Amino acid sequence: MENNFEIGLEALRQKLLLMASHAETAVNQSVQALVQRDYDLALRVKEDDRVIDQFEVEIDDLVIQLLTKAPLATNLRLVTVAMKISQNLERVGDEASKIAKRARDLSQEPPVKITIDLPRMADMALAMLKSSLDTFVNKDPVAARAIIPRDKEVDALNKQIHEILAQHMVANPDTISRCLNWMVACKSLERIADHAKNIAEEVVYLYEAQDIRHTGNKGQGAPLPA
Amino acid sequence: MTAPNHNWRKFKNVFMQTLTFVCAILVVTPLLLVFYHLIKEGFSSINLAFFTQLPKPEGETGGGMSNAIVGTFVLLAQAAVIGVPVGVLGGVFLSEYGGTKLNWWIRFAADILNGVPSITWGIVVWGLLVVPMHTYSALAGGVVLGLMMIPLVMRTTEEVLQLVPGGYREAALALGIAKWRTIVQIVIRTALKGIVTGVLLALARVAGETAPLIFTALGNENWAHNLTQPIAAMPLQIFAYAIGPYNDQHRQAWAGAFVLLVLVLSINIGVRFLTRDRFQQKV
Amino acid sequence: MATDPNNSAAALTVRNLSVFFGKNAAVKNVSLDITAKAVTAIIGPSGCGKSTFLRAINRMHELNPDARMEGEIKLFGDDIYSRTVESVTVRRRIGMVFQKSNPFPTMSIFENVTVGLRLNGMRDRKMLAERTEESLRMAALWDEVKDRLNAPAISLSGGQQQRLCIARALAVQPEVLLMDEPASALDPLATAKIEDLIVSLKKDYTIVIVTHNMQQAARASDFTAFFYLGELVECGPTPKIFTSPAQKRTEDYVTGRFG
Repeated sequence: MENNFEIGLEALRQKLLLMASHAETAVNQSVQALVQRDYDLALRVKEDDRVIDQFEVEIDDLVIQLLTKAPLATNLRLVTVAMKISQNLERVGDEASKIAKRARDLSQEPPVKITIDLPRMADMALAMLKSSLDTFVNKDPVAARAIIPRDKEVDALNKQIHEILAQHMVANPDTISRCLNWMVACKSLERIADHAKNIAEEVVYLYEAQDIRHTGNKGQGAPLPA
Repeated sequence: MTAPNHNWRKFKNVFMQTLTFVCAILVVTPLLLVFYHLIKEGFSSINLAFFTQLPKPEGETGGGMSNAIVGTFVLLAQAAVIGVPVGVLGGVFLSEYGGTKLNWWIRFAADILNGVPSITWGIVVWGLLVVPMHTYSALAGGVVLGLMMIPLVMRTTEEVLQLVPGGYREAALALGIAKWRTIVQIVIRTALKGIVTGVLLALARVAGETAPLIFTALGNENWAHNLTQPIAAMPLQIFAYAIGPYNDQHRQAWAGAFVLLVLVLSINIGVRFLTRDRFQQKV
Repeated sequence: MATDPNNSAAALTVRNLSVFFGKNAAVKNVSLDITAKAVTAIIGPSGCGKSTFLRAINRMHELNPDARMEGEIKLFGDDIYSRTVESVTVRRRIGMVFQKSNPFPTMSIFENVTVGLRLNGMRDRKMLAERTEESLRMAALWDEVKDRLNAPAISLSGGQQQRLCIARALAVQPEVLLMDEPASALDPLATAKIEDLIVSLKKDYTIVIVTHNMQQAARASDFTAFFYLGELVECGPTPKIFTSPAQKRTEDYVTGRFG
């Protein structure tokens, strides 16, 4: 039987998913603007970030209201996890904004003659983000645990790209400012992957009641009956 | 809501109100009539002599009911000695101890006894005490009144004890207080006013019994010097005077009836005074 | 908190306890350890056997001729249902406070607090006065009544009366205090006072409290046991029971899906 509280929980879930789709779109568009040197698209991403920020405010508000009803057990974990996921998504939006800013700057200058695998990194980060949100929707902590090691791959790729850019800058000092912009964009993608990892950890806590943040042990665990 | 219905309902309300009021008045009326009559007929005969002198021999005027008044108190005292301990402890047993089957039988017996005609009580005690002792006696009178008190006091005591909330018993037992101590120091103490009320009302009731005394105490024109002699009692004296031929005696019978009524009334008023609510309970 | 037979921090060890009323089993085969100097809350829907369980601990079912008990309860190692132990002795070591406060109406505040001592033979006035002050202080009532100890106990407010009953139970110096929904008849302010009181008492007493109010259990207890239909479903540290219970039935009850 649906009571008032369950209706509130459902509203929270929906809002979170809506916010997530906006964040995913922002990342997608910002990378696209970067790669295709699209100034206008980049500008739109910056403006749309306001929407994502507003979502965070609304979700926090909804969470506080639900907390006054003193939820317990799974409901309590859901409410607190929702708050944390929304924080992570808001940061993802911010990082997308940063990528968009770099995209605008780079589009004003001639392109650098260098091949870096930024699109692949973007795909990996986006895939992690999408997966983590899917595990939230599908109540699948096992899949969430599987996402976490992927962060290392993104980190490795980031490091690789950094080195390539660094070498290029040393060899071609006139490309330094443009290369730095690329570096910052990659760093943002790496952060986005971190946030996706955080979301996955929150999903594990929600469905297994195990806090696996900051531990090396990512593989084990069994879901709670719920 | 049409007008005719409304009027009919109003009429019914007023009718019921009036009817119940009239009935209430009818209930009180006999009491007022009794009072009026007793005061009118008997008050004039109330004088010091009534309370201090013995009855005069047949035919002579004057004299009083001093021996009957004292006799009534002597009988009531004996009745209390027999009726109160047995009745109260019996009530305690019914309320606090005993299996439900046994209790049912005891209550049944007590209720039957409460309904036994008082003259039957008189005859029974006549057979039990008067015949073996070969004499009517104050003792027999006290015994019959005491026996009549027992089922009365037992039932009222039980009822009053049952009114004590179970929570008090539980609280006392939970403190590690033994059961019998709980009953005496907590339950009975809480119900004490009610128990005393029950006892006093039972005494008031037996104070006016005449028929059983006819077969036991018999009555006495003089003082009884010990309990094995017949003794005067107010109801007996009133009866003897009332059926006698002398006007002076009739006068004194009225007076006696009046005094008896005052006695019973005093007990009732005393009971009301004792049980008044002294503390305001905060909810 | 497992049922560990060697748990030396357990004040009460309950093993295979069943309580029958006639043919009906109100408590079914419950085994549980109650940790000493801590508060254990017992929660569950109406009719789940929690009050029945509580009353088995201080042998209150002996007042009911239809009641029958099976199993074992030990208080710090002593079998409280052993034939050589009188129920009176058990109840001096295990006190109880009831849902509806019941100070004895014919007695003053002082008389109420000391009734357990006086009716068990204590006469020493100085000692009685000391115990009264001590118990009333522990019950957070001393300051409110110290100037009117001879006033009738029923002149106190509902919340004060309940604290008086707690003082009365404490005066006997029990080792364990059982509380059967002690605040359910009180307003929120009085309830909060009772909860604070419970938390302050646990440093000296082992407390077991039955409550239908989960928030109260969450606020005031260290351990929580969930009963359902006469059985112990789950027992553990309170934070765990209320944030991540192991049993589905517990989860359902705690999130309000039934009960």
